[in-house]
Amino acid sequence: MTDPNTPVLETRNICKSFNALKASQDITLNLRAGEIHALIGPNGAGKSTLIAQIAGGLKPDSGSVHMDGRDVTALPTAKRARLGLGRTFQVSALAMEDTVLQNAVLGALGAQGRPFRLFQSALNNASLRDSAEQALERVGLQDHARTRTAELSHGQRRQLEVAVALTLNPKAFVMDEPMAGLGASGSKSLTGFLDSLREQAPILMVEHDMDAVFALADRISVLVYGQIIATGTVAEIRAHPEVRRAYLGEDA
Amino acid sequence: MSRETLINTALALALLGVPLWAYAVDEPFIITLATKVAILALAGVGLNIALGLGGLVSLGHAAFFGIGGYAMGILASHAQTYTAITDWPVLIEGTKSMPVIWLVAVVASGIAALLIGALSLRTSGVYFIMITLAFGQMLYYFAISWAAYGGEDGLSVYVRNGFPGLNTLDPIQFFAITFVLLLAALLFSARLAKSPFGLALNAARQSPQRVETIGLSPYRLRLLAFVISGMITGLAGALFADLNRFVSPTMFSWQTSGEIMVFIILGGTARLFGPVAGAALFIILEHILGGLSEFWHIYLGLLLLLVVLFAKGGVIGTLAGREQAHD
Repeated sequence: MTDPNTPVLETRNICKSFNALKASQDITLNLRAGEIHALIGPNGAGKSTLIAQIAGGLKPDSGSVHMDGRDVTALPTAKRARLGLGRTFQVSALAMEDTVLQNAVLGALGAQGRPFRLFQSALNNASLRDSAEQALERVGLQDHARTRTAELSHGQRRQLEVAVALTLNPKAFVMDEPMAGLGASGSKSLTGFLDSLREQAPILMVEHDMDAVFALADRISVLVYGQIIATGTVAEIRAHPEVRRAYLGEDA
Repeated sequence: MSRETLINTALALALLGVPLWAYAVDEPFIITLATKVAILALAGVGLNIALGLGGLVSLGHAAFFGIGGYAMGILASHAQTYTAITDWPVLIEGTKSMPVIWLVAVVASGIAALLIGALSLRTSGVYFIMITLAFGQMLYYFAISWAAYGGEDGLSVYVRNGFPGLNTLDPIQFFAITFVLLLAALLFSARLAKSPFGLALNAARQSPQRVETIGLSPYRLRLLAFVISGMITGLAGALFADLNRFVSPTMFSWQTSGEIMVFIILGGTARLFGPVAGAALFIILEHILGGLSEFWHIYLGLLLLLVVLFAKGGVIGTLAGREQAHD
């Protein structure tokens, strides 16, 4: 068994450059059990590049990514997902022509890991359907199960993203701007939900909505020009002079 | 019953009814046309699994159609000349039995699809189209230069292959065989679309990123789809060769790949009965317009243009409306 103090998710000295642009410079950060760790930073700071390296879409030039202490740097996205990484996207990556339920069942299917069944019905499979319906209920989409995903509102798609991640029973969530495009009330209700979610699995999230970040985060890391300039609690980050200058603005 | 199911049932009944009527009024040519529709539709059902469900625009399905055809041609030609195909390391003889020929055709095209797919599916978009096209053309030129089996001239088989208990030379009985196989493939295809595999494959078409994020590999899903697709099209190839009692490299040509794709686009991409509607329309047009002008392909092209511009769901989409989200 792994040491309980081992971070659930960790990057060690990750570097990534695109030609002259250093998108990630020696980034070391971790996600511990039970916490919400917010990653903030101005546009172009390299947040998405970092998330892609953690989730597996992009390979770092040097450095490593660890899940539960295990080096997963060489593993593709699908393998990392099977190890327990539940990711949501900034721009919803859902099967838009399918129903909400089908998307959730797809997640459950991924969790089961046996997709090569050609003759049974996916939606009549009790275990797939139960797991999908439970996840939809948790995010409050149970009444929209038969709606085509393309017909959902922006906020509902975000909820569905989270529901699909939930079906995977992940050990860690990685969320890329879960609040993006949500109205004030949508953002507030999702904040409440994520607050309760951290007990199931810790969340590493990129977020621009500072109200949400300050309300949720146990720790905040600030990324500027590919470098982490500070990591600390909400109070520490609010007080950090460099952060105030680089990102929050003096009046924050 | 949804509108689409009604239309599908009507189509199936029409495809069965027309040759039965032709049989009653003794019009064997019409029966042959209906048989051709059933076989070409079967080839389309195969491609539709890759194209419709998987979003894999393969312009090389003639490869599998041709392999099926040559499986029949090679086995039957050896049987009719009483020569063994090979006697080392084991003796392999030809056969005139349809079930054996089908099995060989399906296995051979499945293996070919596995090899072609394993390489082609590493690319996507235009590159995938081009690489599948290239594989198809490679087999086409190989067939042309394969003198042992007729080269450019192809291979003739004098008597249609046999099926236990049936007289396959009787057009209506041969039609029945092709019709049953088509229905079986349609049934399989319908089940496949709703299976866990179908759900994942369909999602991989819409958002490969999503499929990876839930821990599945789009590549493997697509590869299996491509193999199944190739096998069904290969079976159709064997039947097509049996219908004509002739195989030639034309079965491998890119025009053949294009025609199979045209059936699907005319009939409705990703629609279960799209290939049936498309193949029927194609054969009817070929018969009617072909009688009026030898340049009938111009009109076919115009029609295809209209479908692509104004009726993306093809015949089925126009008649049945948007596909229902099934549950």
